This record gives sequence, C-alpha cells and structure tokens, in this order.
Amino acid sequence: MTETPAGAVFGAAPTVGVPELADWLRRFAALVAAAKDELTALDAAIGDADHGVNLDRGLQAVVARLPELGAPGATPASLLKGVALTLISTVGGASGPLYGTFFLRLAGSLGDAPAVGPGELAAGLRAGLDGMAERGRTQLDDKTMVDALAPAIAALAAGLPAAWDEVLARSVAAGAAGRDRVTPLVARKGRASYLGERSAGHQDPGATSAVLLLEALRDALAPAGAPG
Amino acid sequence: MSAPPRPAVGLVLVSHSPLVAAGTAELAGQMAPGVRIVAAGGLADGRLGTDAVRVVAAVEAADGGAGVVVLADLGSAVLAARTALELLGERAARVRLSGGPFVEGAVVAAVEASLGRDVDRVLAAAEAAAGLDKHVR
Repeated sequence: MTETPAGAVFGAAPTVGVPELADWLRRFAALVAAAKDELTALDAAIGDADHGVNLDRGLQAVVARLPELGAPGATPASLLKGVALTLISTVGGASGPLYGTFFLRLAGSLGDAPAVGPGELAAGLRAGLDGMAERGRTQLDDKTMVDALAPAIAALAAGLPAAWDEVLARSVAAGAAGRDRVTPLVARKGRASYLGERSAGHQDPGATSAVLLLEALRDALAPAGAPG
Repeated sequence: MSAPPRPAVGLVLVSHSPLVAAGTAELAGQMAPGVRIVAAGGLADGRLGTDAVRVVAAVEAADGGAGVVVLADLGSAVLAARTALELLGERAARVRLSGGPFVEGAVVAAVEASLGRDVDRVLAAAEAAAGLDKHVR
C-alpha cells in the first residue's frame, strides 16, 4: 500500500467513489470509440485487426450497464467487478481477459470502501497491473499494454502526495513514453509474436489503448481546467 | 460399453470458434460414453471469440464431482480459461488447464476420463497427447 502522509495536500482533495469511476469508464469508452479505427489499423499491421472493434464493443456494453452497476448501494469494488465481467464476456479477444483481470484485481484491492483516496487507488491500480501481467505471463519489453501501464502506475505512486492533477498528467506522460519506447522492439506476446522481426517498428495496439485508459483516468479525476 | 465405475472427470473445450469446440466435443464424446464434455466456443451471440464467463458455466456443467480438465486451443482461449479459474475461486481446486493439443488431447482425455481416472491422470494424458505417434512416417 502507498501510505498517504498525514496532512498531505492534494490538488482538489480527490475522493474516488462510484461516480468518479463510472466517469472514468465512460471517458475510456469514448476515447476508444474515437480511436477505434486507429487501434484496428495498428492491430492489422501486427495482429489480427480486431483490437479496436473488440474493445469498443466491450466498452459500449460497459457503458450500457453503468446505470445498473452504479445504482444506489454500489461500491467502487462492485462497480469495477461488474465492469470486469462485462469486458470478459463481450470483448472476445485477448484484451477481454487482460483488461477484465485488471479491473477484477483493482476491485478486489478496494474492499468494501464507499470511496478511496489517491493512495488506495494507486495501490489498486498496481494490483490490477500485477493481475494483468500474471494473466498474460507478461514481462516488461514484451511489447504489450503492460509497457504503458507499468511506468504510468509507478509514476502515480511515486508522485503522491504532490498535487493530484500534476501527478495524473505525469502518469499519462510516463504511459505514453512507455508505449513509444517499445515500438522498435520485437513483440513477444499475442499474435504479434508470430511475426517475429516484422513486428519491430510498429506501435503496439494494446499499449496504445492502455494510454487511453490513463488519459480517461486523468480527465475523470483531475479538476476541470487541469493541465494535460 | 459399461458406465464408468465412479463419477467421471468432465471436459471443457474452449475455442474462439463455436464450430471447433462443438466438433471436438462430438469427436471426443464418441469414444467416451458417460463423460460430460462441454463446448465453450465463441461468444454468447455465436461470433468468434472467447468468453471466460461462459467457460465458468461450462465448468459447472461438466463437473460431476470428480473435477474438470479444461482444454484451450490458441491465444486468448488460454487467457479466458485462466480467467475462468480465477472467477471460480475455491471451486477451481479440482479444475485443471491443459496445455496439450486441442483435438488429440480432448480425445485422449475423454478416454481416460471414461476409465474413471482422477483429474490429474486425465490432465497428464491430455498433455501427453502432444507426443502421440500418428504413424505418418
């Protein structure tokens, strides 16, 4: 757990509850919908051309269920577990179990709390990342979503307790840098790994959608008008 | 053929393709009366894909008390199967995931299950099917 020092000052003193998490998911769905063709084009180059379509389908199903998942009585954990199961059963490709496990472990980390602070959220995101990496037997430099999420979540934890909007912006920048850092590498997971050297030089679609997840988090949690 | 002497280990077949899963279940079932073989191919609406929630339901349907061996074909079928084990929680204690070949593994595992072998013996047989001699040389 990342401990929050007593008296720490956060920009906007964020508390992350069901409405904020639902907003994060809605924003993620909107970013993926807008980038669907780009994600699919990236995946067509080194995969099976379904990442954008699959993830968009799963997130649209999530958005349709958000009113029900976020109804009175919902907790962050119950919402996120519902999100996980929806992704797992509607995405169809590898990103279903991977993002699904991410949200499942994040949910598990948050317990029954009605809302959490930045430290708990950062620890939960770390648990989600660990679950995703374990599910895919993925390591850094395999050229996957983990290469974007790992540095971003590390930046989030390391940045606390600075101003929240700055930490979120730094986290997105670290994720985007991670995504771009692995572009020259040869993919070692998924369909892209079948291509061997041909995958080098192509931006990874999973790392690309992972940056959208981070951007959505920043937009949902940073106060309006925040930098980034 | 007589029924197995005790509850047989069940099989779950996970593929992106509903046809591959169902066809493999048909093939394996031909040799294994009394064994529950459940196909979990494709998405609920019939499209290509894998769905861990359907795999959970398939495991529950296949488990007659002696456990279940899950066979997955490629890529995200394996990820979906692993995710299903997490969703099953404690109920996954008698579920095994085979990394062996899909069709040959299913047939060999079904035969072993029909003989009343325990879940670890059925798993071992499914994975050993990778070394099956098809006498092509």
